[in-house]
Amino acid sequence: MTGFSAIIMRDLRLALRSGGDALTLVLFFVMIGVVVPFAIGPDRELLARLAPGIVWIAAFLSMLLGLDRLFRTDHDDGTLLLLRSAQTPLAAVALAKMIAHWLLTAVPLIVATPLLAVMLAMDMQGFMRALVSLLIGTPALVALGAVGASVTVTIRRGGLIAPVLILPLAIPVLIFGVGAITTGPGPDQSGSALLLLAAISLITVALSPFAAGLAIASGED
Amino acid sequence: MSIDTTPRQSWWTRIAHPGQFTAWTTPWLKPLAVVTVLLFALGLWFAFFNSPEDYQLGDTVRIMYVHVPTAWLSQFIYAAMAVSAVGTLVWRHPMADVSMKAAAPLGATFTALALFTGSLWGRPTWGTFWEWDGRMTSTLVLLLIYLGIIALWRAFEDQLRAARVVAIFTLVGAVNIPIIKFSVDWWATLHQPASVFRPDGPRMPGSILTPLFVMLFAFTFLFFTLHLMGMHTEIKRRRLINLERRAAERGGAA
Amino acid sequence: MTLRQGFDPLTLRATGLACRRGERVLVEGLDFEVGPGRALLLKGPNGAGKTTLLMTLYGAIRPHSGGFAFEGADADTASFMHLFGHQSAIKPRLSVAENLAFWAAVNGNSASIDAALDAVRLASIAWLDAGYLSAGQTRRLAWARLLVSPRPVWLLDEPTSALDAQGDAMVAQLIDAHLDQGGLVVAATHLPLALRDPARVTELRIGTTP
Repeated sequence: MTGFSAIIMRDLRLALRSGGDALTLVLFFVMIGVVVPFAIGPDRELLARLAPGIVWIAAFLSMLLGLDRLFRTDHDDGTLLLLRSAQTPLAAVALAKMIAHWLLTAVPLIVATPLLAVMLAMDMQGFMRALVSLLIGTPALVALGAVGASVTVTIRRGGLIAPVLILPLAIPVLIFGVGAITTGPGPDQSGSALLLLAAISLITVALSPFAAGLAIASGED
Repeated sequence: MSIDTTPRQSWWTRIAHPGQFTAWTTPWLKPLAVVTVLLFALGLWFAFFNSPEDYQLGDTVRIMYVHVPTAWLSQFIYAAMAVSAVGTLVWRHPMADVSMKAAAPLGATFTALALFTGSLWGRPTWGTFWEWDGRMTSTLVLLLIYLGIIALWRAFEDQLRAARVVAIFTLVGAVNIPIIKFSVDWWATLHQPASVFRPDGPRMPGSILTPLFVMLFAFTFLFFTLHLMGMHTEIKRRRLINLERRAAERGGAA
Repeated sequence: MTLRQGFDPLTLRATGLACRRGERVLVEGLDFEVGPGRALLLKGPNGAGKTTLLMTLYGAIRPHSGGFAFEGADADTASFMHLFGHQSAIKPRLSVAENLAFWAAVNGNSASIDAALDAVRLASIAWLDAGYLSAGQTRRLAWARLLVSPRPVWLLDEPTSALDAQGDAMVAQLIDAHLDQGGLVVAATHLPLALRDPARVTELRIGTTP
């Protein structure tokens, strides 16, 4: 097994054996869908109109909340320090952890989306588009999150700062993510939004492992 | 405090030493300040007494003479930060750290000023203090990025180690900013077709262009002056921390 | 241990090395040389800078001034070094063998995992969840990590901490075997290390007592 796949397998194994950790994020995701009608009223038409935005805000916030765990445990127990002398380069380590993180956080979110769709009175077409846009857009959130996590991993309570750093940078993902579901009145540009979303995901996933690897190497403890 | 162990060679290496840098650049401060004041005097005279009113908005258009330069500065300062970040990462030049750190609060302030003046300018047209117009929104996001960078600096104890990490984040931000602008413009055209801020094209009459350019230079020189002062302050701050540490060690060993 | 190949000769040479932690310079003006098959023991009080020096050699901290070089090494990556530090980096909920297999995969290995576990006397509990290990057993598992991927340079920070007398003897044996193969050791320790041949050991005192 190569070092790259060993890292993915280990992160997956650890998460699956530690039980409910990943589920907390999914719970948070679903709870936003529950909470919104309390805030804006249960009018189905209104909910359906706002649903794409709410689904994406919920996914956005859940991913931001979870991004600290990407590197923190490995930093705290000394694994990250030892990985510097591994044969696998740090950028590859970062990418492997990003893949595992996506599988453990984004995929459960996507699986839980039907619940949100039902609660927010989405129609079938909107729901299918939401699934696709989340599938394509969440890698970008993980990639940007990795940059935030790697930059703040050596700060003791850096988990609070990382979402603040990444949120402005992730706004394009939010804009095109929602746009891929619906673009409001006027001609339907959701197709082009989806393509732009895919482009952002590709760029961020390609570049962020290098930024994250460099950030890990530069901070030390 | 004596960090400098490199042989005195080119000016590039010389100003790497904080003490040398301060000594070398202090004589520039007064001339810079004087130029700034002169440019402001000239620009304000033009702005208030020698340029036409806008036929629709009247005198309030004069706030453009503050808004446009501050908006320009908000982006220019980020570019300066990004160049300093490259200096930190690629050449490890110690003054690059200091330059980056001193620029961040200035960038945040000018961006906030741009938002403030923009909202004052838009009030007569919009009727409200804020509209989610494409350019204002991009500027708001830029302000959030600046504030995040400042928060990041403050979260680190070791400022020398912080510099490399902040530099990486600054460059990631630099790559993202064009993407953010593009996406915000796309979003704005979906929901709002028109933009308030017309005066940006070269078809402006010369009587507006001249004061505008003077104010642009005035503000830029203001930034240079404040930035240099900020760098000196940061150098002094680090020296102070060093001296305090040394005093603690000596006191503890006695 | 069935490792028969020796290492390519490496020499660590430091000139005028000064290390800092945060903004404090801890040690300065270090000049030393460690040749293949030789060990450098760093002695000194706690907080004197032994760990900082090891971290600097490892590459995690930049030297404050001066420099060092591992002559004969592929200096692009740090993958010719093993760091044995305060933290063992052992994950609970993975078994002993799974922990070791991870490091074998990530560090590249040419020694068998079973042989490594044998050498540190953990083979009988290879299946056990590593969270149940005692402190001494965790340290021994950390030693297995060094054995499973042979590398010429060992940077050891308090190698015998948390180990009993038997563990101490094991550590001394492992270090001797490593030196026999032409490896190079820099160890920070304030406990005595009973190495077989004192002629290949040099001591360096870090930090002066006030």
